[in-house]
Parts: sequence; C-alpha cells; structure tokens
Amino acid sequence: MLTFIFRRLFSAIPTLILVSLFVFTLQKLLPGDPVLALAGEERDPAVMQYLRDKYRLNDPVPLQYIHWVGNVLHGDFGTSLRTEQPVTTLLASKLPVTLELAVLALLIALLIGVPTGVVAAVRKGTAVDYGANVFALSGISIPHFWLGILLIMIFAVKLQWLPASGFVPPEENLGQNLKTLILPAFVLGAGLSGVLMRHTRSAMLEVLRADYVRTARAKGLFTRTVILKHALRNALMPIITLTTLLFGELLGGAVLTEQVFSIPGFGKMIVDAVFNRDYAVVQGVVLCVAVGFLLLNLLADVLYRMVNPRLRTA
Amino acid sequence: MTAVAPTAARPDGITRAPAARSPFVRKFLANKGAVVGTVVLLVFVLAALLAPWVAPFDPLKANFLAVRKAPSLVHWLGTDELGRDLFSRLLWGARSSLLAGGVSVAIAMVIGVPLGLVAGYFGGKLDAVISRVMEALLACPFLVLAIALGAFLGPSLTNAMIAIGLSAMPIFSRLTRGQVLAIRHEEYLEGARAIGLPDRWIILRYVLPNVLSPLVVQAALTIASAILAEASLSFLGLGQQPPSPSWGSMLNTAKNFMEQAPWMSIAPGVAIYLTVLCFNLLGDGLRDALDPKN
Repeated sequence: MLTFIFRRLFSAIPTLILVSLFVFTLQKLLPGDPVLALAGEERDPAVMQYLRDKYRLNDPVPLQYIHWVGNVLHGDFGTSLRTEQPVTTLLASKLPVTLELAVLALLIALLIGVPTGVVAAVRKGTAVDYGANVFALSGISIPHFWLGILLIMIFAVKLQWLPASGFVPPEENLGQNLKTLILPAFVLGAGLSGVLMRHTRSAMLEVLRADYVRTARAKGLFTRTVILKHALRNALMPIITLTTLLFGELLGGAVLTEQVFSIPGFGKMIVDAVFNRDYAVVQGVVLCVAVGFLLLNLLADVLYRMVNPRLRTA
Repeated sequence: MTAVAPTAARPDGITRAPAARSPFVRKFLANKGAVVGTVVLLVFVLAALLAPWVAPFDPLKANFLAVRKAPSLVHWLGTDELGRDLFSRLLWGARSSLLAGGVSVAIAMVIGVPLGLVAGYFGGKLDAVISRVMEALLACPFLVLAIALGAFLGPSLTNAMIAIGLSAMPIFSRLTRGQVLAIRHEEYLEGARAIGLPDRWIILRYVLPNVLSPLVVQAALTIASAILAEASLSFLGLGQQPPSPSWGSMLNTAKNFMEQAPWMSIAPGVAIYLTVLCFNLLGDGLRDALDPKN
C-alpha cells in the first residue's frame, strides 16, 4: 500500500508542474498593469520603478516563474498587491472558513443523498423512486446562487430566522457560526446530494441483483438486515470514492455560494482578487485548490483500494 | 459504442448506419422525462429565436414611470429597477444562455475530441503529453478555471463562452480517449490497418463513428453545465455585459432588490433551472436509449 501511495504521489508531480506553469502563465497574461493600480493617482515613476523591482516584475518571465516556484516550495506565495499581506497568511486565514463550509455541505449532502438513494433503489419503479429522481435532477440543475437568493428571501428577509449574510468565526461563537453557515451549506450540499443520490441508487441496484444478496434473502434474513448489512456495505465502495472527489468539486462550488452569502473564504477571495488583478492571490488560490484536488484524487484511489481487497494485490 | 456494429464496417470503406435505428427512437420516446425535456427545450429555442417578434416590450428601454412594478396584465413578470419589462428581457436572455451552452460545448468538442482520438489511437509519448495536460486542466475546478480564464480574456459573452469551452474541453478529450482505447484492438480496426488504410482515414471512418454515442450523451449533459456556468459567470459580472439581458446578470441585479422586488429574482432563476433540467433529462434519455444493456 505504501509503495502504491508513493507511486501515485510521484506520478502527480508532472501534473503539478503543468498546473503551476499554467497558473503562472495565465496570471501573466491578465490584462492591465498591477503597478498602475498600486501607484495611486500620481503615478510617480520612482514609486512605480520601486514597485516593479520589489515584485520582480522587470525580470524575464521564465526567471519570474523559477523564482516563484522556488518561493512556493518554501511556503511563500508572495505578497498580495492589494492588502500587502503575505498570500500564505491570507490563504491560511481563509482556508478554514471554506473547509468548514465544505465539510458541512458534504455532511448535508450525505445525509440527504445516501438514504434517498437507498430507498429509491429498494422501491425501484414506484412513486417514491420517481420522486427521488426528480429531486436529484432538480438538485443538479438548480443554480446554486439562485437557490441561495431564494433561501435568503424566505429565511432571512421574510421569516427573519437566519442571517442573510456574513460570517462569525466558530471560536468566537459556535452557535452564531452555525447559524450563518447553515443556509450556504445547504445550498452547496443540495446539488451534491442529487449526485450522491443517483450514484447510491445505481450502486444499490447493482448490488441488490448480486448472488450474495439473493442468498442472504433466501436464508430468511430480515429485509432491513439484507439491505443495510449486505447490500449497502458493498454499494458504499464507489460512493466513498465519489465523496472524496465531490469534496474537490465543493471547493469550486463554494465560489458562488460565498459570493451570495458574503462569506470570507477561498471563493470570495479569488473573485475579489480577479477583479483587483491581484496576481499573487489568484495564483495562490488556484494552485492550492489544484493541489488539494490532486491529493483528494490520491485519497480516493487509496480508499478504494482499502475497501476493495480484490485490488490490493493488483 | 453502439452506433456501429463491428461487422458494419466493410472492406470497401463504407460504414453503414445500423439498420435497427428504430429501437433507439422507441426507447427514447418511451422515456417520458426525456420527451418532456425535449419539448420544453424546443419551446425555449423557439422563444429565443422569435424574441424580436414575441417580446411585448423593448428589453433595453428604461421606463421610469414603471420602475419595479409587480407582475400585472401589462407586465406579465413585472419590471426591473429601470422599469424594463422582465418578460421581454427573459425572452432575449434565452438567446445568450442557449447560445452560450451550444457554442461553448462546440468549442470543447472541436478541440477535445480530436485530441482524445489522437491520444487514444496513437498512444505512446503523444498520449502521455496530451493526457498530462488534460489532467492538469482537470485539476482546477471547472468554475475556478472558467473564472480565471474569463478574467484574463475580459468580461463579455464571447469570452465567457471561450472560457467555458476551454474548461470543458478536457472532459471530452478524456472521454474520447477512453472510448478509443476500448476499441483500439477490435478486429475491424486491425483489418483496416492490415489492408494499409491511412491512419487519418481509419480514425475518421471507423474510430469516430464507434465512439460517438457516449460523446453525444456527454454533449447534452455538458450543455447543461455550460448554461449553468454562463449564468454563474454573468452573475459574477464576467459574462454578458449590461444593458444586454442574460439570465445570470438579471439575477445579479435582482439580488440587490430582494426585499423591494422579489419577483425580479424568480423568473430568471426558474428559466435557468428549467433549461438545465431539460438538458439533463435529454442527456439521461439519450444515454438510456443508446445503452445496449437496456
């Protein structure tokens, strides 16, 4: 297993180099001169020269890339042109917010998606199955930001049960923290629950047809035992892998949700950075998300091998 | 996979469409969801095409005597913050959404499918390079990539379509490659190679038709995500620019008037939701109808 993990880690290196090259080039091609934005109204040539030297913007581009990668490997993503803060500090402060949102969303998605998928498979072809499918397709098709707006209109504007936007750190007030995150987490989780439901349903249908399930039924076991102990356990294998991959998708989906609910996480940071042409921040966020995504892919592979003994010797 | 049976490829280079085309149509028509989805989509396409004649008002003309009016007999869906008729804007907005869905998927397929065909057919170093680049692109979440590209290209509907197309391209490349790998050693391909047909010919006449059906399904499903992505980019201000209407940008404005004019948020959202839902239904229907296991 260790050899496998190392081999997979090693194979991710070329991808990582390509991602870093891509991210770097893209930001270099962004229109506009960030120094002009920083130099203020006067645009004093001396100040602009100082800024160009400070951010090494006069170096040849390949040299800038090597310098940047070297720094990144030392945990230095540069300084935000906008806030003058180190990007690493910014990333470290925003990451927990997005992670908390993503974990809550995933929990909601699992709690809705897996049980509905199981029920839909067990009652295949009935109204329950049909309803669950409609629900799942709706979850996939609904625009996150619109669902967010609708929920804000209902729960914040009309009923005034929950805050419309903003964020309270959990260490400050956990109850308030959860209150601010419940709507955005539901919005993010709703779409995923649809995906999970569809996969759980088809995995369960596959397993329910298997011989060992028929044997278990023939032995006279309770339907509930057969479904939960024999069928669901085996159907969960592909779902575990999928969940790991979906977690990566969540980081992307958080962009819009954080924008609608004004949550100061990764997503809001990248949108603000794009509009402010804050190269370093955009690079940092995209690179972090890509690395996270690759690691999650690796984790999915490892988990899949762990739960599926047949693959272990392969 | 199912479109052309291996025996359908004759040595004279003529690939026959399978004679049994009706099972596909029959299976597709039996799927109520898919049929309803297709009909609704046709209505939307018609509405978009006929917008100049059907729309009761000019979608761009402000009317300060009718600012933020609730839905009524005159303004079916109400008016926006500049007094523009929401129903007319919705009809015109359908153009940008449907166009964005179609064009960006076309871009993704025109680049992605040939890359996948070449990578899968030739294998070796070429495959390794193409696959690595696609993996790198896939490592960035779809929307983050589209936002970054959209920002680099500048905000406009055309650039949003390019950004979405480029972000969706790896999906098609990877899918095509996988399909080609699965049929690469089929006898009819070995046969075509044995009689000395050029690779280009084999790829176009024998490989492509046999990997087409999963690509068609993927295209329908990707149009759904592309429409969502266009709406998202427009919502963030990176898509269709004001005053031209687009469902995403209409929602972006509407979110500032949630208390005063909640109707502004309803219609564009329902429109996006229905269109995406119908494309998903269509994709599911196509998949089931093209699946030989069903």
